[in-house]
Amino acid sequence: MRKLEFIIRRLLTSLLVLIGVSIIIFIVARVIPSNAAAMYIGPKARPEEIARVTIKLGLDKPLPVQYFIYMKELLHGDLGTSIGTKRPVLLELSSRLPATLELLFTGMAIAVVVGVPMGVLSARWQGKPTDILVRIVAIIGVSMPAFYLGLLLQILFFRRLDLFPLAGRFSNELRFTNPIELVTNFLLVDAFIGSNWIAFKDVVYHLLLPALTLAAYPAGLIARMTRATMLEVMEQDYIRTARAYGVRETVVVYLYALKNAISPTLTVIGLTFAIALTGTFFVEVIYNWPGLGLFTVHSLLNVDYPAIMGITLYGALMYVLINLAVDLLQAWIDPRISLK
Amino acid sequence: MTAIPVISLEPEIQTRRMSRHVFNVILRDPLSLISTIVIILFILVAIFCYQVAPYPLEGAGKTNVANSLLPPSPGHPFGADKLGRDVLSRVIVGARPALIIPIGVVAFAVLIGAPLGAIAGFKGGWIDESIMRITDLFLAFPSLLLAMAIAAALGRGIQNAAIALIITWWPWYTRLVRGVTISLKERYFVEAAQAIGVRDSVIILRHILPNTISSILVQATVDLGTVIIAMGGLAFLGLGTQPPSPDWGLMVSEGRTYILEQWWISTFPGLAIFIVVLAFNLIGDTLRDIFDPRQYR
Repeated sequence: MRKLEFIIRRLLTSLLVLIGVSIIIFIVARVIPSNAAAMYIGPKARPEEIARVTIKLGLDKPLPVQYFIYMKELLHGDLGTSIGTKRPVLLELSSRLPATLELLFTGMAIAVVVGVPMGVLSARWQGKPTDILVRIVAIIGVSMPAFYLGLLLQILFFRRLDLFPLAGRFSNELRFTNPIELVTNFLLVDAFIGSNWIAFKDVVYHLLLPALTLAAYPAGLIARMTRATMLEVMEQDYIRTARAYGVRETVVVYLYALKNAISPTLTVIGLTFAIALTGTFFVEVIYNWPGLGLFTVHSLLNVDYPAIMGITLYGALMYVLINLAVDLLQAWIDPRISLK
Repeated sequence: MTAIPVISLEPEIQTRRMSRHVFNVILRDPLSLISTIVIILFILVAIFCYQVAPYPLEGAGKTNVANSLLPPSPGHPFGADKLGRDVLSRVIVGARPALIIPIGVVAFAVLIGAPLGAIAGFKGGWIDESIMRITDLFLAFPSLLLAMAIAAALGRGIQNAAIALIITWWPWYTRLVRGVTISLKERYFVEAAQAIGVRDSVIILRHILPNTISSILVQATVDLGTVIIAMGGLAFLGLGTQPPSPDWGLMVSEGRTYILEQWWISTFPGLAIFIVVLAFNLIGDTLRDIFDPRQYR
């Protein structure tokens, strides 16, 4: 029962946060710009046009009323029309989302699969060569901007070694030889469902460099935090007791200590997810990945307000959902949390 | 840098002892020492960039088309870019926005965030609640994304990019300082000051804030690396420094078109970002080992 109460409470806070976030986005998109209407139309706005749009956007009304109207439209799924493409923002975002999510999830999967074991091994062999190596790799990971790492990987793996393609989501000739039947718009999944193995391999090849670029920072951060958490746990009394009883170190570390390090590590993974979210934008620009990133950068540079609003909302929503997922997962793993 | 106005208000002896302790630890750890030297060198180069750069005018943006895409050579160790500008000079002049501005961003974020955190932690009650709920909202965003949106809303340019980062960064310090303040509040010297009727504002300024400096410094050092990457990222996307001014992030972006053949245009400025951020992270690690501000979170 307590658990249910916790879940409900957590859902309600998420809702409150989202309302607050919508206020910030509203301020950023409507209040900060000195002349939102002129921005809305674009650089060649004529005065009469500005006057028309001011009324159309409701910019002549008091701010609370404006916010109310904006929220009403938002709840109806109306994010406005992109100034750049003249298409509904919601459509622009949803058509590009799968490519971004595919990149994001692959990158995060790599980061978790690489980062967590790195941190655990590092803590297990604290002060030994393994530890030192892991720490060096991890600190390089968190010190390397994605937009730089991406270029280095392109020079190395495309230009010098010719192992991976330079950019894009799949080879162009694939359209004619082995077209992927779109079901989910996640190309990896679609190629798999259609047993289109040639395409699958091609998609994997294209995905690998961008995903690695995206994964570097999260993997480094996860490794560092996992190591710190493990070391903290390994100083606790119950670990000392286990050791005193003569339990093998392998069992102590991988069974007893790891168990209690999982929950904090989950928090870190959630945090890095949020960082990777913005990371996708940079990676997409570098690898010409047809996701939200390119659209975002274009919208930002052209002050495409409805689009920017939509994108920030997407970012905040993802962030809140990830945090919610992490909290619920933690409550499930660690019963003490829901009792707090 | 960041805390000067606070330090000037008679720091507690403890803080002074602490900073000497920090200094000793950094001197003893070879990696931190090297990192510190590297950072000081970079800052000096940034300050005296026009004296140090071999071609200061090209560094600032003057084109020299005859040298277009010149590969690295003794005369131009980092080569030249599309417009023939010496890349080394550009990297040197670009150190200013890439390094000094992030330091300013963190400084302002601390100046806004720390007092709010001290007030929230010290006063408690509804003041605490309202300050912390506002910070929660900012922390419920991927901060770089919010910074991008604000920077775009304010209009492209390095100043607006810096403002955008300050707006998204201060809540972290509020949260940190609030945590430290709550633990300080229980200490005898604060209770004693309260008992003899010292005003709250004086307690916060004289007794609380000076004692949060070490935690803030650790966090600020770690954050500087992140802010440098963030500023570079904004410039890379075109939201920060505008051409023809040099900036490491912007230069990486400008050289992107030529990356496969003229690798030097992007590689050297990127390397500069990497080295500086690595240095800040190494120092941050050492400092964190001593203080571990995470315990306050």
